[in-house]
Amino acid sequence: MTVETTTPQIPQSEQPRQSAPQPAPRSSRWAGYRYLLWVRLLELKREPEIIFWVFGFPLLLSLGLGLAFRNKPADQNSVAVVAGPNAAQIAASLGGSSSGKPSPLRPAVMERGAALKAFRLGKFDVVVEQKADGAYWYYYDPSRPESMLARLLTMDALEANAGRTDKLPVINSPSSAPGSRYIDFLIPGLIGMNLMNSGMWGVGFALVDMRQRKLLKRFVATPMRRSDFLMAVMSSRLILMVIEVGLLLIFGMLVFHMPVAGSLWTLALVGGIAAIAFGGLGLLTACRAQKVESASGLINLVMMPMWIFSGVFFSYEHFPAAAHPFIKVLPLTALNDALRAVILEGASLPSQSVRLLILALWGGISFVLALKWFRWT
Amino acid sequence: MGLPIECWNLRKTYDGKVEAVRGLSLRIETGECFGLLGPNGAGKTTTIEILEGLLAPTSGEVRIFDQTWGENPRQLRQWIGISLQETRLSEKLTVRETIELFASFYDEPRSAVDVLEDLQLTEKSNSWVGKLSGGQKQRLAVATALVGNPRILFLDEPTTGLDPQSRRQLWEIVRTFQKKGGTVLLTTHYMDEAERLCDRLAIVDHGVIIAEGTPSDLIDRLGGHHVVEFQAGAPNGNGASSASGDLLAQTLDGWRSLPGVEAVRREDNTICLNVREPHLTIPALLEAVNGQGHRLEHLSTRQASLEDVFVQLTGRHLRGE
Repeated sequence: MTVETTTPQIPQSEQPRQSAPQPAPRSSRWAGYRYLLWVRLLELKREPEIIFWVFGFPLLLSLGLGLAFRNKPADQNSVAVVAGPNAAQIAASLGGSSSGKPSPLRPAVMERGAALKAFRLGKFDVVVEQKADGAYWYYYDPSRPESMLARLLTMDALEANAGRTDKLPVINSPSSAPGSRYIDFLIPGLIGMNLMNSGMWGVGFALVDMRQRKLLKRFVATPMRRSDFLMAVMSSRLILMVIEVGLLLIFGMLVFHMPVAGSLWTLALVGGIAAIAFGGLGLLTACRAQKVESASGLINLVMMPMWIFSGVFFSYEHFPAAAHPFIKVLPLTALNDALRAVILEGASLPSQSVRLLILALWGGISFVLALKWFRWT
Repeated sequence: MGLPIECWNLRKTYDGKVEAVRGLSLRIETGECFGLLGPNGAGKTTTIEILEGLLAPTSGEVRIFDQTWGENPRQLRQWIGISLQETRLSEKLTVRETIELFASFYDEPRSAVDVLEDLQLTEKSNSWVGKLSGGQKQRLAVATALVGNPRILFLDEPTTGLDPQSRRQLWEIVRTFQKKGGTVLLTTHYMDEAERLCDRLAIVDHGVIIAEGTPSDLIDRLGGHHVVEFQAGAPNGNGASSASGDLLAQTLDGWRSLPGVEAVRREDNTICLNVREPHLTIPALLEAVNGQGHRLEHLSTRQASLEDVFVQLTGRHLRGE
């Protein structure tokens, strides 16, 4: 079976023929399953909104957040240089760039009174003045870290400029390497959140919609096997999962040069287990709701705690340690942790077995309960 | 092989309170088109869904070709085709894709092309379902029932809300299916549909069958195939006031004794007579009105219909007024 990628055309009579499998005079055992899967993918393809929310939106989100939190140069500290014979020279030596890097200081020359007033208003982090005897006078606030930093940087720059030689050898390693930036933390979280969203909406919402339209009832009025129907729903989730995860990964790699340390097979397996687990959760959420409105509320209710606690946008380490055990058994936390371990640290599948077990338990228990309570009519 | 559809003493109680069906038995023969006629809320849909195996009866028994839904549901589903009262098929699938999807559920489906041809949907086969008219959608719903090559076709209110032309097209489809030996069970609240389409029908009200037979049998039971309706007013020309209506009501028995009159009923200011031989009744009626010093304000005759049967049995019209 193939899914054509041509966009559906609106003029009805001119639509291209889809290469659907032709029904044999006598249907095979799996004909129902194949057709159910086929039409689900067709419907998705023809629903531009779904395409956007499933594929476009996460990409935009990661682009926006990646740019917002990109590694910008550290804030410059502002220095007021009190006007005097050497003021211009001092300012130049503070603002000048050394070895191609921009100076961490932004100096300005002004009268003493104006400088002190501006310092009190927070416009300057430190005020420096060369006294008549040549001594440098620093005016700063020891309770303000940026003021302390500005004073040290200013002293350091003036000393270095005056020909100081450092006694100790120094090797600097600034951390801005791919793999440890915010975007590297973010993209696995977005992949996890996306798998949750599309599992819950793609299964839960879709089923309630079909129930509300009496389509489920119409299906069970045929000899269709109910297991075929559910398998088709889950299979379409797996197929979409590959596309969703793949798109975000490729996007992260191309746009933000995110490294992928782990194996793609491990990643696919983690994604697959997650897609099924959230599909099961979606199935359970949707097992009785009659109206899409009530289903939407339920789905949001289930997802809300995970959006907040499961470490999509920031680490759940920020929450009190007492809450960590509860946060860690949420399925999205397990998924995000596993994704980060595999993508960023190259973790192996066995090392993630506890997290995968958590996901599998959520999925398995949801599935059993959903099948027990599921309403077709 | 037993009868296509048999049921005994069906009862369905919702939530232990609402009794939708209260002891209903049917026997439907092979090749028959059988109708359940009744007003909205009479229990028709509940009954047909119990027969379709979609609802479990509170008590009673259903047999489809001598098998029960508990024993062999998958086999029974292969034998029947269903059009529910209201199904919204996926709008973004084409007509052909929809038919092929339903075909794939059956062991021995008909070819989608043939079914589309039979239901005059060939032209629309590549159109999205969402773009179809009401009549086309309803034909598609019936097509999804026919593509499984069923022996029994269940249709729940198949023509509700359709324009006259679409209704006639659907009737034609049902007749064609019947000519090929199929059995049809349909529900309707349109008396003309029941009269023209059904070989036999059961009039259902408040969850029980209040009359059963061929349409002409049922009309025969009225006593006369003709209905004479008239209004009469006082001679001073005040018109058919309610006062004169009361006057006429008091003399219902008087009208009953006119020659050829089988039954009398009053609707507002109109007196309806069920008449066997209008050519005998009408002159006598004119004479009687004149003799009482009243003036005839309106007089019409028409063929009796199932509506008259229903009104006579229940005192109400099929469509709530």
